Amino acid sequence: MAFALQQLINGLTLGSMYGLIAIGYTMVYGIIGMINFAHGDIFMVSAFIAVTSFTLLAAAGVSSVPLALIFVLVVAIFFTAAYGWAVERTAYRPLRGSTRLAPLISAIGMSIFLQNAVQLTQGARVKPVPPMIEGGLVLWDNPGFSVQLGWSQLLIILVTISLMFGFRWMLVHTSFGRQQRACEQDRTMAGLLGINVDRTISLTFMIGAALAAVAGVMVTVYYGVVDFFIGFLVGIKAFTAAVLGGIGSLPGAMLGGLLIGLIEAFWSAYLWAEYKDVATFGILCLVLILRPSGLLGHPEVEKV
Amino acid sequence: MKKSLLAAALISMGALSPHTALADITVAIAGPMSGQYASAGDQIRRGATMALADINGRGGVLGERVRLEVGDDACDPKQAVSVANTMVNKNIAFMHGHWCSSSTIPASDVYAESDILVATVSTNPQVTARGLPNVFRIMGSDDQQGSIAGGYVAKHFQGKKVAVVDDKSAYGKGLADEMAKGMQAGGLEPTLRESITAGEKDYSGLINKMKQAGVEVMAYGGYHTEVALLLRQAEAAGLKLTVMGGDTMTNAELVTAAGPAADQVFFTFSPDARKNPDAASVVESFRTAGIEPEGYVLYAYAAMELFEQVATAAKSTEYAAMEKVMRNGKFNTVIGELSFDDKGNLAVPGFVVYRWQGGQYDYAQ
Repeated sequence: MAFALQQLINGLTLGSMYGLIAIGYTMVYGIIGMINFAHGDIFMVSAFIAVTSFTLLAAAGVSSVPLALIFVLVVAIFFTAAYGWAVERTAYRPLRGSTRLAPLISAIGMSIFLQNAVQLTQGARVKPVPPMIEGGLVLWDNPGFSVQLGWSQLLIILVTISLMFGFRWMLVHTSFGRQQRACEQDRTMAGLLGINVDRTISLTFMIGAALAAVAGVMVTVYYGVVDFFIGFLVGIKAFTAAVLGGIGSLPGAMLGGLLIGLIEAFWSAYLWAEYKDVATFGILCLVLILRPSGLLGHPEVEKV
Repeated sequence: MKKSLLAAALISMGALSPHTALADITVAIAGPMSGQYASAGDQIRRGATMALADINGRGGVLGERVRLEVGDDACDPKQAVSVANTMVNKNIAFMHGHWCSSSTIPASDVYAESDILVATVSTNPQVTARGLPNVFRIMGSDDQQGSIAGGYVAKHFQGKKVAVVDDKSAYGKGLADEMAKGMQAGGLEPTLRESITAGEKDYSGLINKMKQAGVEVMAYGGYHTEVALLLRQAEAAGLKLTVMGGDTMTNAELVTAAGPAADQVFFTFSPDARKNPDAASVVESFRTAGIEPEGYVLYAYAAMELFEQVATAAKSTEYAAMEKVMRNGKFNTVIGELSFDDKGNLAVPGFVVYRWQGGQYDYAQ
């Protein structure tokens, strides 16, 4: 029981991070109907920005962890959002209105470009960050096996929950949220009604990148090791989460992320850890066969 | 100014050329002189250069000067084969290389066809297990270090629960299997046998499994990055884990990423040749020249000494004569006394157990 509870905590932490990244996939798909395969690499770039800013802070003699964390989050969100904007501007906007495959190929190219650019400028070796947030709560002191909730795990789960609520509020109540939803429903019509579609799409990319930046900082703090290739596997998993939850649906992305985190945690705890990716992608196959629009997605209705 | 520099350069080149013209024996080193592992290649080059300067200072080998050829394989197996072919054309008498096992294995086939003696530091068992008569290893192999690591665990952690974990790579799995065998030979049965995927970031599932099973010691086959992650996540889960690993744990990145938990890491590596009292004068001359004789520097030096002694004893640089001497003799080098078994492995594998302590590693008690 204690064992299962511990795995639940671990799964939720991992799932929160997948969920944050999955939102970026699902939002972009919702608004322009393409999969942004460079999104995982945007996440990787943000992790590198986090490592660099942590190093700079340490060199500047800042020793307060909460202060450093807030500063790094702001820096990472700012620069990663800039990356998100630049990627959309250079790789996708020129191709808008061409065939459906063109931006997809451009996205894969952008992903390879980002990976190699970081490998060349930062080196292929891993960048370690010393542990920053240590300790945690002992939730259940069982003889032989105590259930622990690390402060960093708590931080990840809390940040994800508050971001989700803040984000939902923004989409429902602000004028940008309305514009965003309008563009999602019908881009031409939204344009005719005076919405700046290009700007809305740019902002969507930037918000997706900002959420990935939060995940990137969390990964850096929680795992402490970053390399140029981390975006690949995490990106694929987050994409899987978005599809599992129903691509285009925001709550779906979060749900998919949490589910994947939990599947991985429980599978590796009770079955064979080396086959956990098989489990994740196997379940994705099943969902796609039985419910092609995902758990919370709506089947796409072709308008005639 | 420029002209005078050019003139000086020309004069010094002219001054050097008689040396090369006189050289009748050519030996070679090969390894990653460029790329990710270039620092290892640099160590090999410095060690070999210093050794040949000393040997030529003593009057050379069989009365002739020895000249060095350097091959760069960048740890790429394809490039290693082309380097090997180039070296064969240069008519070398002896090769110290290559460095990466994946380069040494294909290149040694080329040297075998052309009857060239090879002394390498590559640790993969396959380097010597293929029955090539020309290949000798002046370092221990992965199966030897596995059995020493396993024996150490069985002796020092008897009665504790041990998990054997690998990263599914050829190196990691081979090492972990040998460690498990070594433990069983010492009467300690591993409690868990698990594999992880290298490059993953989240190992909390495995950590929990070990915690549940009451595991205190993890014997790990793989690289230092995953060990750092495992240690951090174990610490966060309240599991105090001691790790026994292989030679890859010498990397100082382990300490940066794992923090104080790195003090729980034991690993096997060749004895620190710098501590060998017989090597003191050589170590001193390296330091005077501004070179710290770390890692592979002294191995390269020893390989050249090995060639000197083998050729002198064989009274020839012919392959057949040298091979016979090498297989049967005992040779005194800066890394200790070397002799070889039938396969070309070191008869006395030199592996000792180290432990990280406060950011430095030293022999474990």
